[in-house]
Amino acid sequence: MADDATTNGVVLAADGLPLKASLNKAMRKNRMRALLLVAPLFIFVLFSFLIPIFDMTMRSVDNWHVSGLMPETTKALENWDGKELPEEPVFAALILDLKAGAKSREIGKVGTRLNYEKSGLRSMITSSARKSKKVKEGPYKPIVLKMHKRWKELETWKVIKRNTSKYTIGYYLNAVDMKYDNETGDIVMQPEDRQIYGTLFMRTFAISLVITLICIVLAYPISYLLATLPVRYSNLLMIFVLLPFWTSLLVRTTAWIAMLQSQGVLNDLFVFFGLVDDANRLQLIHNLTGTIIAMTHILLPFMVLPLYSVMKTIPPSYMRAALSLGANPVTAYIRVYMPLTLSGIGAGSILVFILSIGYYITPALVGGTDGTLISNQIAYHMQSSLNWGLAGALGALLLFSVLALYLIYNKIVGIDNMRLG
Amino acid sequence: MNKILKLSALAVAGVAFAGMASTAQAVDLNVVSWGGAYTASQMNAYHKPYMKMNPGVKINSLDYSGGLAEMRAQTESGNVTWDLVDVVLSDAITGCDEGMFRPIKIDEEMAKAPDGTPASKDFLKGTLLSECFVPQIIYSTVFAYRADAWSGKKPTTMADVFDTAKFPGKRTLQKKPVNNLEWALLADGVPLDKIYDVLDTDAGKDRAFAKLATIKKDVIWWTEGAVPPQLLADGEAVFGTGYNGRWFSAIAEEKQPFAMLWDGQVLDIDGWAVPAKGKNVDAVMKFVKFATDTQRLADQAKYISYGPARMSSGPMVSKHATLGIEMGPHMPTKYANQGFLTNFAWWADNGDEMTERFNAWLLK
Repeated sequence: MADDATTNGVVLAADGLPLKASLNKAMRKNRMRALLLVAPLFIFVLFSFLIPIFDMTMRSVDNWHVSGLMPETTKALENWDGKELPEEPVFAALILDLKAGAKSREIGKVGTRLNYEKSGLRSMITSSARKSKKVKEGPYKPIVLKMHKRWKELETWKVIKRNTSKYTIGYYLNAVDMKYDNETGDIVMQPEDRQIYGTLFMRTFAISLVITLICIVLAYPISYLLATLPVRYSNLLMIFVLLPFWTSLLVRTTAWIAMLQSQGVLNDLFVFFGLVDDANRLQLIHNLTGTIIAMTHILLPFMVLPLYSVMKTIPPSYMRAALSLGANPVTAYIRVYMPLTLSGIGAGSILVFILSIGYYITPALVGGTDGTLISNQIAYHMQSSLNWGLAGALGALLLFSVLALYLIYNKIVGIDNMRLG
Repeated sequence: MNKILKLSALAVAGVAFAGMASTAQAVDLNVVSWGGAYTASQMNAYHKPYMKMNPGVKINSLDYSGGLAEMRAQTESGNVTWDLVDVVLSDAITGCDEGMFRPIKIDEEMAKAPDGTPASKDFLKGTLLSECFVPQIIYSTVFAYRADAWSGKKPTTMADVFDTAKFPGKRTLQKKPVNNLEWALLADGVPLDKIYDVLDTDAGKDRAFAKLATIKKDVIWWTEGAVPPQLLADGEAVFGTGYNGRWFSAIAEEKQPFAMLWDGQVLDIDGWAVPAKGKNVDAVMKFVKFATDTQRLADQAKYISYGPARMSSGPMVSKHATLGIEMGPHMPTKYANQGFLTNFAWWADNGDEMTERFNAWLLK
């Protein structure tokens, strides 16, 4: 029925083909041309951005180590009930896997993976793999139990069994300070002395918010000045905004260390003017204060520039009109001028907030203990601990929370209202 | 015009041909190390003499900042561009377990001592802890202090570092649990050879953290090796931990008023590891054999104050190449009995847990 209706209703072109199809054909060429133009950018973004992000996110759930490198044990453990130590077949399978793993020299990866769940399993796996080379014939159970004391613990086998599944949420649990209880298999909070990521996430968002607010307060008058001064003065002022913007990030951070340290310029001045005692110089760096000061300075241009470009487009006649209609200067400013700059504030805030959430170098250099952010932990797990699963999970959580904030912003302010100039 | 064109075309072709001819037999080795004064000492002692002897080999020296992240990424992608990596022992162990590095038969593949002692007997005891690792130097992580900080008084033991009443001022420590926990126990009266026995118990861990907590508010934590000498030079800190080579250059070359506190120094080993999937394994093994022979290791000590990893190199260590200082007293190996070796096996098992606990402790 429906088919008939469409065939009947189709408008035909001169050559007898449906008009819609030939129009599409003609448009396709244009569309292809447009696609070709964006292709370089698309390929660049795909390979340098989307694929790596996807890869890291996959790593945060990937759990191939045990099932991939110990396939026999995985199969043998399938029907194990977890009530007491497994029987001989499992141990025979284990020996096979250990021998293969020692030969391919990849068994260490299993040890690394299991050690995230329970400290000590790394050396259990690697040393047992070394010893397995000499094992000739069974029964294997007593041989394995003698290899390392942890093989006798039921907990060890439960950890192995749990990680025979190909995917895990273990890294995400770790990233929110939770874990599997190795005895019962339930999801529980980490012991208090190992809870860290929740605090760091909260701190990262709090610091970013504070920096954004300070940037608004500092940038607003500067931008207003820039936008209203005659061009020859404002150009000079603009250089002062742009010069630090063009300076290397490391140079600026190091300069702040020289300024703020307790034997530094600022403290010397305070002591000279008698504001603080020489013995009690202020601790301004290697802590939260230092991070906020240095990051605010570095991110300030990202607030000034959008604000300036928005303010530049507000005709001065609006204010004059408000004044001539009887508003006093303050009212005119608050009710006419400021609402017009909201889009600039929104753009600047989003820029500054998102940049500071992922900030890494500056907190690493001046952050001390209470000024480091979640990105420093991600870098640590990427570079030093090599726990890429956890780094992926932390990164994904960061990414999703930024996206969530972006959506909230869009809902409240509306992304169309954002203007960068 | 035409003539010039022809001539230049010929010249280009000639150059291209010569280039092809030389690349046909030449090998480019990408050797990765820590950069700065350390790489410079390797270039002087190993790379330059080797390239002189083997004109076909070109050694490209690349810098990295340690860790196995890049090595793992290269191994996983299957495109290994590094031929040789300078690594600390703990990274060699991890990399070896994960199959990133190639196992090396020390006696068969490395040079004998001049008197014929096989390599495995010539390398210092306790340095051959990984089968993928050829030791190169012994360095130590050690405390230094500002000699002018407390008129007349001098710290002599680890307990003094933790005594903020007797020796007031900021301490700068590396922001990781390794070494700091050991030092805390040492300062708390645990003898050198019992440190890891104590640390292996829950009570021992609590004890180490508790001792560390007594100086927590006086600590500036560093992450980059260049920072502690700077903090001491600026007077920001009075005690600092750092690599002994860095302290040496601050004291001997920059004439900073620092002094060494060798008590409790943590000896560590740095050496070569060969990526298992490298493209020039044969060529690079020849280079490693050359670079870790007795003479070459002794030569390196002319340029930097790290101790050679071979026993036979020890007596050959002489004066600094440019400063003319006798290097013997600046070698960490001279004070070996005051220090200890990190227990890598313990840290391999407990590192993840301890780091989390340490970071949580810092936030408290």
